[in-house]
Amino acid sequence: MIDAASSAAARVQLTSDGRLRHFIDIEGLPKALLTEILDTADSFRGVQDAQVKKVPLLRGRTVANLFFENSTRTRATFELAAKRLSADVLSLDIQTSSTAKGETLLDTLNNLEAMQADAFVVRHSDSGAAHFIASQVTPNVAIINAGDGRHAHPTQAMLDMLTIRRHKGAFENLKVAIIGDILHSRVARSQVLALNTLGVAEIRVIAPRTLLPVDVEDWRCQVFTRLQEGLEDADVVIALRLQKERMDGALLPSENEFYRHYGLTQESLAWAHPEAIVMHPGPINRGVEIESAVADGPQAVILDQVTNGIAVRMAVLSMAVSGQTQSRARQRAS
Amino acid sequence: MPLPDIPPLLDAMVADLETIIDEHDLDRQRLALVGIHTGGVWIADVLHRRLALPTPLGTLDIGFWRDDFSHQGLPENIRTSHLPFDVDDRDLVLVDDVVMSGRTIRAALNELFDYGRPRRVLLAALITLPGRELPIQPDVCGARLDLPAGERVKLSGPEPLSLSLVTQTREIS
Repeated sequence: MIDAASSAAARVQLTSDGRLRHFIDIEGLPKALLTEILDTADSFRGVQDAQVKKVPLLRGRTVANLFFENSTRTRATFELAAKRLSADVLSLDIQTSSTAKGETLLDTLNNLEAMQADAFVVRHSDSGAAHFIASQVTPNVAIINAGDGRHAHPTQAMLDMLTIRRHKGAFENLKVAIIGDILHSRVARSQVLALNTLGVAEIRVIAPRTLLPVDVEDWRCQVFTRLQEGLEDADVVIALRLQKERMDGALLPSENEFYRHYGLTQESLAWAHPEAIVMHPGPINRGVEIESAVADGPQAVILDQVTNGIAVRMAVLSMAVSGQTQSRARQRAS
Repeated sequence: MPLPDIPPLLDAMVADLETIIDEHDLDRQRLALVGIHTGGVWIADVLHRRLALPTPLGTLDIGFWRDDFSHQGLPENIRTSHLPFDVDDRDLVLVDDVVMSGRTIRAALNELFDYGRPRRVLLAALITLPGRELPIQPDVCGARLDLPAGERVKLSGPEPLSLSLVTQTREIS
């Protein structure tokens, strides 16, 4: 059953014939489309073997990175993804640009649209920012959500799905455990949605009660507060970053206390399946959510996630710009 | 219009390639075949076995190099290109099933040069059709066909390989 929220999300993101035109949230996107993103990203992984790691798909197009919130890895990989598609890339650090002089967000976006940008990659601390821009401000520019508040980080979820698929093959029989700061994590929410859509057998989130969102029971996953129970025989273990900058209350006694109970160490990893892979969206707080020996160990695929991030971002950028192009062609024809 | 049987066409292509290898004194140890997905890979696979070349077969999917993204958008089901050898300074034979406009070959050459600088690239095609839009001609060709306007030829395979006529719906080949 598609509920009202997911069909609204689908309406904004998809063209009338079901192709991607914005990429804002995993919610509402069908399994076939997520699989198409993974397949396309896999093909882009192949391009990374060539001496020239570029394809000419977005030659003459412009991609604007609009980061209203700090980011290093996401911003760098989006920039590289757009450049590897041969697009011209504009990276704006909004805190230091016109908005600081009093220009409103709407004016900034309308100006960029007037400069004929084809895609906006948007990161914002407000949940729903990317959706607002796609539905209300510039619907004819492909909007890619690079993280909005606590809401969603869909490209991170998809690069995680690509990493899982490349290491584990099919999704159906996997047990996937996500550990840590679920409360503040837009990554966890997007991951659980993607894992469910792709048909993963068992999805577990593991956290202290204070770091679980109140609506976690509606997430279609199992909830554990004890690390050992949650990790038991898991095929994929994802440690999340403890988001210290978003902690505005006394949610944890101390980082040491968190590490003692929820830290992914060599000892605790032994509870998972012996061939389990270890993932982390970065940046890593070593000794807080993960032990260095695990982060750098043989089961870690954390740097592979970064490489896959470029391929996934190339896939969604090219698919969304393609969807917008075809929508416009149809509008002109009718 | 009757379409030709494929085995004699493949025989002719193998013989022509043998002649070219001798005439140009190409190094068999380093000569590599590169098939263009999908039909070109099937043909290249047969030629590769018949010529008994030691270098493994390369495959290209030119989906990301097509020139019609603005009109058609991203093609579906793009496979990973796979060139399991160093392209630099190597003699290559690009293989496709049907050459018509020449745009696929243009895209394939662009992609190929992103992997390195080959010494020489030859082109082999099972069938060529009139309708060239670029200055591209195969060095080796199984058969040249003249089809009525709007008709195309399609290769099915890989086992058995067979040709059939279809009404044209796609714009490049």
